[in-house]
Amino acid sequence: MIVNKQILIFAFMTDTLKRKFSVREIRQDFPALRQTVYGKNLIYFDNGATSQKPQPVLDAINRYYSKDNANIHRGVHLLSQQATSGYEASRNYIKQFLNAAASQEIIFTKGTTDGINLVASSFGETLKKGDEILISAMEHHSNIVPWQMLCERKGLMLKVIPINSRGELKMDVFETLLSNKTKLVAITHISNSLGTINPVKEIVAQAHAVGAVVLVDGAQSIQHTKIDVQDLDCDFFVFSGHKVFGPTGIGVLYGKEHLLDSMPPYQGGGDMIAKCTFEKTTYNELPFKFEAGTPHIAGGICLGTALEYLNSFNIDEIEAYERELADYAQDLLSTFEDVKVIGTAKNKTSVVAFVVDKIHPFDIGTLLDKQGIAVRTGHHCTQPLMDHYQIPGTVRASFAFYNTREEIDTFIAAVEKSISMLR
Amino acid sequence: MNIEAKQQEIIDEFALFDDWMEKYEHIIELGKDLPLIEDAKKTDDRLIEGCQSRVWLDAVVEDNAMRLTADSDAIITKGIIGLLVRVLNNETPENIAKADLHFIGDIGLAEHLSPTRANGLASMVKKIKLLALTALA
Repeated sequence: MIVNKQILIFAFMTDTLKRKFSVREIRQDFPALRQTVYGKNLIYFDNGATSQKPQPVLDAINRYYSKDNANIHRGVHLLSQQATSGYEASRNYIKQFLNAAASQEIIFTKGTTDGINLVASSFGETLKKGDEILISAMEHHSNIVPWQMLCERKGLMLKVIPINSRGELKMDVFETLLSNKTKLVAITHISNSLGTINPVKEIVAQAHAVGAVVLVDGAQSIQHTKIDVQDLDCDFFVFSGHKVFGPTGIGVLYGKEHLLDSMPPYQGGGDMIAKCTFEKTTYNELPFKFEAGTPHIAGGICLGTALEYLNSFNIDEIEAYERELADYAQDLLSTFEDVKVIGTAKNKTSVVAFVVDKIHPFDIGTLLDKQGIAVRTGHHCTQPLMDHYQIPGTVRASFAFYNTREEIDTFIAAVEKSISMLR
Repeated sequence: MNIEAKQQEIIDEFALFDDWMEKYEHIIELGKDLPLIEDAKKTDDRLIEGCQSRVWLDAVVEDNAMRLTADSDAIITKGIIGLLVRVLNNETPENIAKADLHFIGDIGLAEHLSPTRANGLASMVKKIKLLALTALA
């Protein structure tokens, strides 16, 4: 018989207690990295698509479903109380992790895409014909299409900040696009296709100067760099759990409280109401107003575990290490005569994307796969960006803190071999 | 040689390789033997747009036989098309309509034909089969 008496709490680790950064030790925490594919040791360079999960997250998922599983926010019984306290403890932990002002500013979503759609639907309701929304040329489809749909629905104008050949935003053009018609700027923090780190703090300041709010797409930044939403001063920040070592199907929308308060609910259902009659329903307070229906409870709790794991390291050390990996790979690839790196911003991290003269990215990706190396090929859900470079797609290697220089050496040799086979 | 015998021939051919890279080297070579679609025929109605690679296919029924020419912008896709064309080219619509193309799975390339694999190959097979069925109707 199991006696259930454990109450889940998350401990916010102070700098002095952090683990020493050792890639060898980190790799031990990720069982998925210890496998062979096609008879080769797996080299996982598709972290931009999703990350692998460390043992504490796997244990937390197992623990939740083996012991704590119950519906939250409504039960009188012990398990429900425990699940609720775990879910809310995670919310509070995420609040600390992002340095949000209050835990009710943390809304659990299905992921980045869901968070953007929530803001487009709900905040979008407050916009009027003729208002303008600004995005950039390097956005993921998820940060393009919800705005296009909103623009169509409400008669708004969508404008695009262009980029230069290195894959950096043209900030001078951004300034000229900003006006008192601009109501919202939706911008990626780090580009999934190029690795470019955008100057979001500067963008926020300039957008605020004309009275626009800013949504930062943090899908590719949360796992690579320290996020402080108060320091960035962004109005919304969205990310996905699965890209930051947590489960799929869970994500977070951070929003400033006064904005979230002024926005109408996104979906109707359980948990988001205060009182429901057939005549009139009043809505629950934040954050529950935006969390209709039984949420992904295990996901919410285990996302907390994933961030707790990440925070057991010094994130600055992780960032420095990942930049070093990306630089190393980029330098080696640049020595190939027929390889062109796409995305050479001065300020970039963890992504190296490239094309090979007269060889389709799909061919390289397929041959790398058979050599045990997982990369992504194609347009990476950024078709307008590929059109900008006039290419069908790229081969993208995206790194995480558990990758090594030795893996990059193997990868480079495999790229070389693939090219020679395809010539 | 009928469709089944041609499939068996390919299975035997691929059994000689014990390494994935050798297998793909062979596929790349096969791509070079593919009866290429004329450039003038690379029109939008003959294009099968995949998320990754693109396939052009021209399939016509002549003297109760399917004549296939094709191309792709990816060499591996081209090689796999080469295999499909080798099995199906010049066969009757009736034989094509009822053909069970098991060889792709048998030689370990099923991933390329799964409907989620966006290289246009699954749609290409569907298109050939549909054309065969139309010719029979």
